[in-house]
Amino acid sequence: MTTNVIGIPLTRVDGRAKVTGAARYAADFNQHAQLHAVIVGATTGLGRVTALDETSARAMPGVVEVISHLNAPRLPYGPHKSFIDPAVGERLHVLQDDQVRFYGQPVALVVADTLDHAERAANALRISYAAERPVVDTHDPAAQTVEPSGSGAHGDTLRGDADRALAEAPVKVDATYDMARENHNPMEPHAVVAAWDGNRLTLWSKSQFVVNEQAEIAAIFGLPAQNVQVICPFIGGAFGTSLRTWPHVTLAAMAARQVGRPVKLVLTRKQMFFTTGHRPRTLQRVAIGATRDGRITSIVHEGNGETSRYEQFTEALLSATSYMYSCPNVRTRYRLTPLDTGTPNHMRGPGEASGIFALESAIDELSYGLGLDPIELRRRNEPTMDEGADKPFSSRSLMQCYDAGAERFGWARRTPAPRSMRDGRLLVGMGVASATYPVFFGPASARVRLHADGTAAVEVAASDMGPGTYTSMTQVAAETLGIPVEQVRVSIGHSDFPPAPPHGGSMTMASVGSAVRAACLAARDEVTRRAVADQRSPVFGAALDGIEWIGGSLRRLGDSSPGQTYHDVVASSGQPVEVHASNQRDADAASRYSMHSFGAVFAEVAIDPDVGTIRVRRAVGTYGAGRIVNPRLASSQCTGGMIGGIGMALMEQTALDTRDGRPVNAHMADYLMPVNLDIGSLEAHFVDEDDPHVNVLGVKGLGEIALVGMAPAVANAIYHATGIRVRDLPIRIEDILTA
Amino acid sequence: MLSFNFEKVRTEQDAIRAAAVGGRYIAGGTTLIDLMREEVERPEHLVDINALPMADIRADGFDLVIGALARMSDVAAHPETKRLEPLVAEALIEGASPQLRNMASTGGNLLQRVRCPYFRMLDAACNKRDPGSGCSAINGLNAGHAILGTSDHCVATHPSDVAVALVALEATMRVKGPDGERTFPVEELFRLPGNAPHLEHTLRPGELIVEIRVPGGPYARQARYLKVRDRASYEFALVSAAVALETAGGTIWQARVAVGGVGTRPWRMRAVEEALRDKPPGRNVFEAAAQLALEGARPLSHNHYKVELLPRTIVRALEMAGDVA
Amino acid sequence: MSMSDHNDAPSGKTRPTSGTTAPRSTLSRRSILQMAGGAASLAAAAGVAAQPALPGGPPVASTMHVRMVVNGSARQLEVDPRQSLLDVLRETLDLTGTKKGCNQGACGACTVLLNGRRVTSCLTLAVMHDGAEITTIEGLAQGDELHPLQAAFIAHDGFQCGFCTPGQIMSGVACIAEGHATSPEQIQFWMSGNICRCGAYPGIVAAVADAAGRT
Repeated sequence: MTTNVIGIPLTRVDGRAKVTGAARYAADFNQHAQLHAVIVGATTGLGRVTALDETSARAMPGVVEVISHLNAPRLPYGPHKSFIDPAVGERLHVLQDDQVRFYGQPVALVVADTLDHAERAANALRISYAAERPVVDTHDPAAQTVEPSGSGAHGDTLRGDADRALAEAPVKVDATYDMARENHNPMEPHAVVAAWDGNRLTLWSKSQFVVNEQAEIAAIFGLPAQNVQVICPFIGGAFGTSLRTWPHVTLAAMAARQVGRPVKLVLTRKQMFFTTGHRPRTLQRVAIGATRDGRITSIVHEGNGETSRYEQFTEALLSATSYMYSCPNVRTRYRLTPLDTGTPNHMRGPGEASGIFALESAIDELSYGLGLDPIELRRRNEPTMDEGADKPFSSRSLMQCYDAGAERFGWARRTPAPRSMRDGRLLVGMGVASATYPVFFGPASARVRLHADGTAAVEVAASDMGPGTYTSMTQVAAETLGIPVEQVRVSIGHSDFPPAPPHGGSMTMASVGSAVRAACLAARDEVTRRAVADQRSPVFGAALDGIEWIGGSLRRLGDSSPGQTYHDVVASSGQPVEVHASNQRDADAASRYSMHSFGAVFAEVAIDPDVGTIRVRRAVGTYGAGRIVNPRLASSQCTGGMIGGIGMALMEQTALDTRDGRPVNAHMADYLMPVNLDIGSLEAHFVDEDDPHVNVLGVKGLGEIALVGMAPAVANAIYHATGIRVRDLPIRIEDILTA
Repeated sequence: MLSFNFEKVRTEQDAIRAAAVGGRYIAGGTTLIDLMREEVERPEHLVDINALPMADIRADGFDLVIGALARMSDVAAHPETKRLEPLVAEALIEGASPQLRNMASTGGNLLQRVRCPYFRMLDAACNKRDPGSGCSAINGLNAGHAILGTSDHCVATHPSDVAVALVALEATMRVKGPDGERTFPVEELFRLPGNAPHLEHTLRPGELIVEIRVPGGPYARQARYLKVRDRASYEFALVSAAVALETAGGTIWQARVAVGGVGTRPWRMRAVEEALRDKPPGRNVFEAAAQLALEGARPLSHNHYKVELLPRTIVRALEMAGDVA
Repeated sequence: MSMSDHNDAPSGKTRPTSGTTAPRSTLSRRSILQMAGGAASLAAAAGVAAQPALPGGPPVASTMHVRMVVNGSARQLEVDPRQSLLDVLRETLDLTGTKKGCNQGACGACTVLLNGRRVTSCLTLAVMHDGAEITTIEGLAQGDELHPLQAAFIAHDGFQCGFCTPGQIMSGVACIAEGHATSPEQIQFWMSGNICRCGAYPGIVAAVADAAGRT
């Protein structure tokens, strides 16, 4: 009988569906008699629509409807905010007025019988604007910096007197960092198929948070939530872009109601750069003071992120600075620059990925100033507790990660001086950086049904954008129920299922996994209750606590018989067991401990000194992330995140034309992301970490930390290879050539 | 995409007849369909020439002859290409992706349109797309644009890799049109933008590229294509260099150098070639010669780095070619 | 310094995050209003209408007849000449395994085999392929038996979200058939026309190498 399924490298239970093309993503849910909708985006960056000639578009072949602010239904847009929405500001109300707030904002929608007809008419639609000049660059003197006015989650912090300590420090670094705006660019464009049945709406929609999309759309249309169904069994990558419900979902629903037929709406790749969020460009200053023997005495970390004019998007840009190092004097300051763009949103490793780049670059710089090995510098300043929160860590294995990673990577072969390592003509450099991310936990529930044939069905409104939710939840259920994984069927991605938190923030395993476990335990209890009440059962009459569950069977404590299988109990009772349970966490532990994952990321770069090309030849990421449910999938998730970090370090940048705010490289040939040939040898390792405090499964999550730390490791390796310190991302050929 | 009439032709005569009255040839379609979808290209009549027997690749003495419909992948993989003109093979596989190379024809590759982002956007001024509307790139984001051969009307680079190799190797092309057949150097296919950037090539209405002839030469085998870009594959060149050397007795007898990514057309570097002649191959000689590549270079606001990168790329390519011997 | 004063020019990067040549120091709000006309300089000189009106184009036959063998089945189709092979597969034939990632030939998600060769089906028109044989991801397995490369993708975890996977697998099948799967480096080179945003490249390379060794 299968036991200890958690921790084995099970292949993906949905693998067959994905390799045969059977896995269905939002745009694959073609409906009978469906029409196609195409969004027309504003071609000015700020101003208003002054005229829109829909008459000629309506007359074009196949066109069924043209919707703009002139004829769009006024939607209730009832209040709705979940915790992934910005706390301050109000979401874009699409097609409700003539205002253009940013380039590419939807200003009209064309619905036609075929995609070609809809695209043609959308291109032909004549629209006039009263244009103003938008401000889209943080460096624009017209851009204003504001203090976030939200609930203070990312407010300023101070311990000690950081500025005085900095001034008095014998060794210091003080540098600024400019990180480019990025777009998530999942392979799957946002897509939705909307169909109404009377007053009930079904959305097959790309979403990392189906229950929130249900609530949001219900609020926008003034419907009871139960009238909206959101279905999303598979997500073709998202990295945060599908956490929020963006205007295209509203548009598809609006159009489908207007035309009385199902409507399919898929964003073009170009439109993926307009209204579906982005990692905000950040400007940061990090100043660190230290004693000559490498004790950090002061850290000042100031950060600025861009946001839109209508919402304040904040992220945890500076949070890690308060707990990464032991330091009596720390000051952080976070500001926002509202710009005439769409609202940013969370992108893999939000906040930490950017903040850690600056902090870990500065630490590296300090190590050279001190003449200390960068790992040794970190070791000398390793805290014994979270000095920012004044709490112990639930677990912190950072130094174990450095030890294991240095060994795997061969850090000892590194010669300390910049520009001291070569491979033939190539300059070689080795760099290292720390990674961290909080352990989040959200309320989740799951439903489990045990059938008489021995199978178990698990339902939860979670999502799987790639980490392997189907597989890991199957493992949790199989282990808890003591049955083979083949007998477990997990269903997710449906708003009718018990609610789950957003599939983001690396919290799915912790939150949903705990809920699945709780539901499976509740199912076992129900089976036990039925068995002891069943005269035909060998355990009839036993006390509930006198029963033990071995594999998929139950027997009296101390009994050595095989016992009664649970499906036998279910079969005898004549009806399936169905239970519903919510996850629980020790609230006390959550308030007593600081809970984070940590990791050490090592990178080796080779740089052609003649033409400046940079290649990451090797990287090793070592993580202390609690219990690893599936090492095969965990390794893939981490190497994938490392590749995302390589993109951040060397390629990714959404370039805006300041004249009208248009993203100029809104194209996959121009917004560069790594291709297969860019990637050298990558390894992910996990140190053993038993954390009893974080949650019942002891898991911390991996999706975000996998990206955090890679970019500074690469930048630090580039410095080691060349002696050139580049503080702005992405780092490119010209930074090597012209330095 | 606008509607169009679609016609598949079986003979050259039918093709030329259809094109002479406004038909637009389509072969691989990798440029044309992409731009039709953006409505940058708006042909009313597409003439599918893929059935024409023009896909042969063969040796003719020491020359390599490539049918205009031969696919990039087939040309690159052909034993005669590898034997006679390895530079062509190398330039080809550095371009695009395996899938696109299976689709794109050799003739179409030469005629591909520019990658300037503003050219692709109907809501941006572009003299190439809408003559007289202005150039958005000159005062816009122009990091990828040209430093050679630009005008006040257009600064877009020609994106082809293999064209750079063909220009270096002095390839010629044979075309057929309503007025008969003619042959001319590939280099002469490309126009400078001047004040009419919408005119990109010198083909006359209805002319069909039939074949490309790459002359064999003593330098053809000591030749390398170096493409410098941010990622290792599937990206257009920031700067590229095709170089070919004939060396004997420690002396460069003749050199061929052409560059991509920096010019409004594939750019032959005759001054560099001249400076290499009769010199001993070596870094100092290469560096001195490569500096001449910058003659007339006019960097824009965001592409100064190409001034630095261009000579370095040439030097490195020359060193690589030197290693081939 | 504090971030609020951070108005100096961005570090001299030659490929900036954003920008134009407009001198930053003169870009006050006032000059911006004066530049409203300047903003229009990005738009075509024709003025307000960003999109020229060419309603409908010339009169043409709305559909054409095309015969194809798709995954071994002969299909007779009436297609709009504008329809890409990709759209015909997905929307007309409901073979939604082939994915539309960019519709611009820049990602590889739509890769299918066209007469045995891998192509991006978004950049070719269905009407160009009368009489062609098409193989999509749905046509790879023999009944319940997966193609060796499909099985290898599962075994080596060559995917995460799965969206690029059909294109990767079709490309990988061709890569092996072309004789290009001779080493990990060669596989990386010849698989670089398929972008995977999840970063499953190590598994993809391992899967192609494994399947190449078996076939």
